[in-house]
Amino acid sequence: MSTRLSKGGRLIDRAKPLNFTFNGRRMAGYEGDTLASALLGADQMLVGRSFKYHRPRGIIASGAEEPNALLGLGEGGKFEPNQRATTTELFDGASTTSQNHWPSLEFDVGAINNKLGRFLPGGFYYKTFMFPRFAWKHVFEPVIRQSAGLGKAPTARDEDRYEYAYAFADVVVAGGGIAGLTAALAAAKAGKRVWLMEQTAHWGGRAVVDGVEIDGKPAEAWVNETVEALGKMDNVTLRTRTMASGLFDHGYIMGYERVADHTPGDGRPRHRLWRIRAGHVITATGAIERSLSFAGNDIPGVMLASAVRDYVVNWAVSPGDRTVIVTNNDDAYRTALALLDAGLLVPAVIDARPEATGALPEAVRARGVRVLAGHGIAKVKGGKRVTGVSICVQAGEGAEIESIACDAVAMSGGWSPVVHLWSHCGGKLIWDEERAMFRPDPKRPATGDDGEAMVTAVGSANGFLTPDEVLADAHKAAGGQGKAPAAPAESEAPMMPVWIMPQGAGPDLRMKMWLDPQNDVKVSDVQLAAREGYESVEHTKRYTTLGMATDQGKMSNINGLAILSDALHRPIPETGTTTFRPPYTPISIGAIAGEARGDIFQPLRRTPMHAWHEIHGAHWEPVGLWRRPYCFLRTGEGVHDAVNREIRTVRNSVGLLDASTLGKIIVKGPDAGKFLDMLYTNMMSTLPVGKCRYGLMCSENGFLSDDGVVVRLSEDTWLCHTTTGGADRIHGWMEDWLQCEWWDWKVYTANVTEQYAQVAIAGPNARKLLEKLGGMDLSKEAIPFMEWREGTLGGFRARVHRISFSGELSFEVAVPASEGRAFWDALIAAGEEFGVAPYGTEAMHIMRAEKGFIMIGDETDGTVIPQDLNLQWAISKKKDDYLGKRAQERSHMASPDRWKLVGLETLDGGVIPDGAYAVAEGVNANGQRNMQGRVTSTYYSPTLNKGIAMGLVKHGPDRMGEVLDFPVDNGKVVKARIVDPVFYDKDGEKQNV
Amino acid sequence: MSKAVSALGGVSHKGFAEVAEAGLRGMITVRGDLSSAAMKKAVKAATGTAVPAARRIEIDGDKAAAWMSPDELLVMVPYEGAQDAVAALEKALAGEHHLVADVSDARSVFTVKGSKAPEALMKLCPVDFGTLAEGEIRRTRAAQVAAAFWKSGADEFTLVSFRSVAGYVMGLLEVSSRKGGEIFPA
Repeated sequence: MSTRLSKGGRLIDRAKPLNFTFNGRRMAGYEGDTLASALLGADQMLVGRSFKYHRPRGIIASGAEEPNALLGLGEGGKFEPNQRATTTELFDGASTTSQNHWPSLEFDVGAINNKLGRFLPGGFYYKTFMFPRFAWKHVFEPVIRQSAGLGKAPTARDEDRYEYAYAFADVVVAGGGIAGLTAALAAAKAGKRVWLMEQTAHWGGRAVVDGVEIDGKPAEAWVNETVEALGKMDNVTLRTRTMASGLFDHGYIMGYERVADHTPGDGRPRHRLWRIRAGHVITATGAIERSLSFAGNDIPGVMLASAVRDYVVNWAVSPGDRTVIVTNNDDAYRTALALLDAGLLVPAVIDARPEATGALPEAVRARGVRVLAGHGIAKVKGGKRVTGVSICVQAGEGAEIESIACDAVAMSGGWSPVVHLWSHCGGKLIWDEERAMFRPDPKRPATGDDGEAMVTAVGSANGFLTPDEVLADAHKAAGGQGKAPAAPAESEAPMMPVWIMPQGAGPDLRMKMWLDPQNDVKVSDVQLAAREGYESVEHTKRYTTLGMATDQGKMSNINGLAILSDALHRPIPETGTTTFRPPYTPISIGAIAGEARGDIFQPLRRTPMHAWHEIHGAHWEPVGLWRRPYCFLRTGEGVHDAVNREIRTVRNSVGLLDASTLGKIIVKGPDAGKFLDMLYTNMMSTLPVGKCRYGLMCSENGFLSDDGVVVRLSEDTWLCHTTTGGADRIHGWMEDWLQCEWWDWKVYTANVTEQYAQVAIAGPNARKLLEKLGGMDLSKEAIPFMEWREGTLGGFRARVHRISFSGELSFEVAVPASEGRAFWDALIAAGEEFGVAPYGTEAMHIMRAEKGFIMIGDETDGTVIPQDLNLQWAISKKKDDYLGKRAQERSHMASPDRWKLVGLETLDGGVIPDGAYAVAEGVNANGQRNMQGRVTSTYYSPTLNKGIAMGLVKHGPDRMGEVLDFPVDNGKVVKARIVDPVFYDKDGEKQNV
Repeated sequence: MSKAVSALGGVSHKGFAEVAEAGLRGMITVRGDLSSAAMKKAVKAATGTAVPAARRIEIDGDKAAAWMSPDELLVMVPYEGAQDAVAALEKALAGEHHLVADVSDARSVFTVKGSKAPEALMKLCPVDFGTLAEGEIRRTRAAQVAAAFWKSGADEFTLVSFRSVAGYVMGLLEVSSRKGGEIFPA
């Protein structure tokens, strides 16, 4: 059983015990523990069930590579699944649960899958797609979904807060081990602005645990001194609990800071996502130990050798009284020494190499430990925890020659540099035959905007495994002056690649050799994939799911591709690696969202009258980022009733529309007239000062893009109104032409959309209402239809336009936005005697449809040209050119067969569904019914007491009076007659009074 | 003029930095040839300052001129003086191609105060505060919207956004300056 040792533990503070629960059971740990060390200290070796076979799983590693120990952490609004126990710091009151089991961790029904393992081979999932056809939907899919999977998604709203932060540095060093510290110090001494990030809460990395001596001092002392020196430098920023999670183009590096994971509820943001622009990135991300592939290597109690000594040295946790060590290299012998130093037993070291005579093996032998060279583990014994190992010769097929009872197995298959950051942006790798590892190829780094390397790998991340090499490499790469820190040590014997143990293992053993314990991928699965024709490592990955779990195969991917290479009889570098993608380990969705949640999820644009609308029943409609009132609901009123009431108010008396969102762009300069003549289809240069003109804008391809009223403010100044959604786009469109094409034209633009609050006062009583405010002569003679005047209206600086989108007598008045609310209040007060009411966008839409006015986005959809809408009157024939003119002359654009705008009136007075199509005789080449038109706008008109619609119909204007069939749902057909699109006041007598 | 109100009525929040809506300010967009003699004279008359160089703001008391682009300045004066300033600028630039537009009511102004003010702003704006010079104005973004800011005092920044998103920007500033969110705790 695993337990807490009575002495030692460099990271724990025994004076500060912490309580936590695991599946509801109370357990205790210490400050400085990770969840993993605390669980092991409490003899909780079994921490979860595997993805597919529901096999019992324990903690394997001590860091980011951990595949098994994923827990649900917290409750309610603090619950988060798949938290890696090895990288999560313990805090008081932590509530943890194991995952993927039913009904309980100890007894899991799904473990039956384990017995059925031969029916769940690699690629099983895909095979179920193929045969028999009915089985996927009715058998496999529901069963697989039920039985496979890890954590459950949270159901409550996340209680924590998150944020971004931006930073800039000359050099960003990823990793706070001895390589990172050395590189940071060298760069800092050279005067660079340095950022140093360490993903754990502690500096120093492995060297501190491994008992390295640097410059004659224990590594821990050297690390402390170096951190202190860096901390005193103004040009250095040190950040623990911050993982360099991804590297992107141009030296953009993402850091994931776990600000308050270990102190929940203290008011700090939980996570902070750093986005750092780095002049150069140094990856000092270390190396990860590989597992060995022997049967039963997934049984709880089998751990990485480095993790075993981490637990002993850092957290005073014993994995068991008796630990057998199995290795293919000298480094694992350090684990034997650490265990012996802690007073624990090492029954044997099983070394796959034919001989083990280096300094470390000899030191272990000298302590009385059996070293079995040339041997391997045939299989591990035990179920929910290790009870012993069966020993065989590595060269054989797995015949047991001896059985050794033990509580734990510490395995080491060699080391893989952490090349993720190096690779994220395109850095390439080379295969190092001697060390049996992929390491960064310094000749093919990721490059920055200058074509030079933007990233340098140092230390173990660069393939150097001895401290002396690591320090020298980091010092040199960071431009260090003088001598590098030194850590002389006795040399280690070469490792021997061991991809399968024993090398001649038969199918029964290979079926129990786990490559990817999280996704339940075994040696036999990869071999099967190779036999089934999978050659590309990327395809094999997806077929077998090797390395596709949340740990992304950090521990064992190399083993998998070595197995694949062997099965395909080709060298490992020819197989290559899968692609390394950010983030390095999963980051929280909260951190990605940052501050963008709740009220500030997205910017909400408010007009100056927004607050008034809000308290007067506004039923909102999003228009771009604005919210506009769709209608104003009165007590007991439905939306439809409100809209009809608003329309009747306008038609019979007077209504107010908040039109502040309309785009307003000033265009000024000696060439402004020429410019607007190019932008609009009609002539704007001839518009007299004081007048307004409706205009259309098209794209270069001739399609109608935006419309609005243009106002001539002065000899050289125009004000262009755009649609609400078009303001920014059209301003950008203008600047694009002015800056890129007609850069020599003397024209300036300014988007003054938000400078003005604008109100449409519409209805027969509109003039009377405004006259009550006083200050301007608003008579028909003083301000005729389609003209504007400036003045003071009721004490407000106002620009009054006689324009009408409703067909009624209408004024649009612009006042400074800061006075918008006061102006609106004044209008409401002055209008009381007329029964004034605000109206919303739907009433506006219906009234314009009654008048046959088109709406951008309803009658247009990017395929419609002004001619389709019978807007020839707004297209100048005098002009040589305008944007879209040439395109509109193309044969298909000029074709008389284009669908054209008409009005539609149902025979029964009902409303045609929006978007309904009119059918024609016959079928097309695809056997589909031919079409001859479609509905673009359709409403119930309370003015006319019937349904009205506009639509585009083939030869429509020539077919007045014809009846079209519009098939709608349930086989019903709506019959509608083609009519003039102007349903109301065709002669415009009402607006021109 | 008493009818004019700012978007948020001067709301403020005190976290590790103090954020406040600063109220109305006269702002005038001026486009033209920034190197012309007329422009220099016009800006001097309006603000008492020189024409700012690229990415600079020239401040004189309650007036300022800020560089917006190679052919655009933002002239700032007290709100009440904006219309007179517009008229004066128009007059001074009459002889050459230019555009002067009153945008006083299209903007919202915020202050972020305190020794840790940069720590609130660096959560929202991709700006290098380590190299931000005195007298520099940054046109940037605050999270999802356009913004500009400059150092307006020893421990104070002034930030400008569009008026319609004032509530959003204040929401950003409030959450970013909330206690516990200090980036470099002492």
